Amino acid sequence: MFTIQLNGTTETHPAGTTVADLVTATTGRALLSSGQAADGGRLGVAVARNSGIVPRSQWSATAVEHEDELEIVTAVQGG
Amino acid sequence: MKLSPQYRVAKIPANTSLTVRDRKVNAMTETLTRTDSLVIDGIALNSRLIMGTGGAPSLSGLGAALIASGTELTTVAMRRYSVDEAAGGGTNLFQLLLENNIRILPNTAGCFTAREAVMTAELGREALDTDWVKLEVIADEHTLLPDALELADATEQLVNRGFKVFAYTNDDPVLALRLEQLGATAVMPLGAPIGTGLGILNPHNIELIVSRASVPVVLDAGIGTASDASLAMELGCDAVLLATAVTRAQNPLVMAEAFKHAVIGGRLAAQGGRIPKRAHALASSAMDGRPDL
Repeated sequence: MFTIQLNGTTETHPAGTTVADLVTATTGRALLSSGQAADGGRLGVAVARNSGIVPRSQWSATAVEHEDELEIVTAVQGG
Repeated sequence: MKLSPQYRVAKIPANTSLTVRDRKVNAMTETLTRTDSLVIDGIALNSRLIMGTGGAPSLSGLGAALIASGTELTTVAMRRYSVDEAAGGGTNLFQLLLENNIRILPNTAGCFTAREAVMTAELGREALDTDWVKLEVIADEHTLLPDALELADATEQLVNRGFKVFAYTNDDPVLALRLEQLGATAVMPLGAPIGTGLGILNPHNIELIVSRASVPVVLDAGIGTASDASLAMELGCDAVLLATAVTRAQNPLVMAEAFKHAVIGGRLAAQGGRIPKRAHALASSAMDGRPDL
């Protein structure tokens, strides 16, 4: 087990947790290994890990590590 | 301004009945507005009104206002995924825009430095599959005015990373030209500070920006009511971007429709060629041939 910061909140996850796991846990949508939503729709989210973008194609191959800081973002209202 | 052939109006025979005349004029106006799309980065937008999504109290109300406005491009902000967000959590906004076939322009609102803006733009590109970005780099929360130095820096970096930069800028003709030279796809001078509804504070500068720009100029921010949007178009702007003026109006639906017409009206007026301003009156009825009374 290790702790990370996800969207500003401290969370504990088992070793081997990937970015894809966190995206699924956050959005409630299953993902293909490509990072696309398994339901065929567009996901509309992006992930930053320690201030670097993790491309969707790398989500399932990217294991998170102790003290990682992750941001999962989407489109909200804005001018 | 020299009009391209599709704008030249055909002569209608004088003896045509009034209703038929009206119909023909309407048809011509429709043709004019229909063929007058704004092309940015190879994409034709049939509405020159770009709506922001900020400030709407509900997602359903926002959707209705977007549709009433006729907009084909709308801005969004990039924020942490939240399921309990009041105005539609999760990716509801994204889905709403997809369903209504409205193109998305992610912004970098809330960024104070070029570094933050570049990172936010990258998040928008990754999440929304678009390399278009409305670049906002503000100096402070009190004025929300663009920080010229950070803005220029961010524009250069984003252009180098392959973004199509819609640069939200001050109404400064020098800066607007510099942003264009740095590779901005469009420059978006403010009419007045964000959310103020003060209209276009310096029409002369906007006109000057337009006269020297070779990229589209979008009047962004400060719009309060329909006449402000018309004025922007009359000054030669290629489009108008607004959010608050609709989303916080007493009746957003009615205001959205008002802006739709205002932008079309202003655009037509710019193409119609206004009369020169004169210091003294000029009679439109001939003085010759008056009866001796």
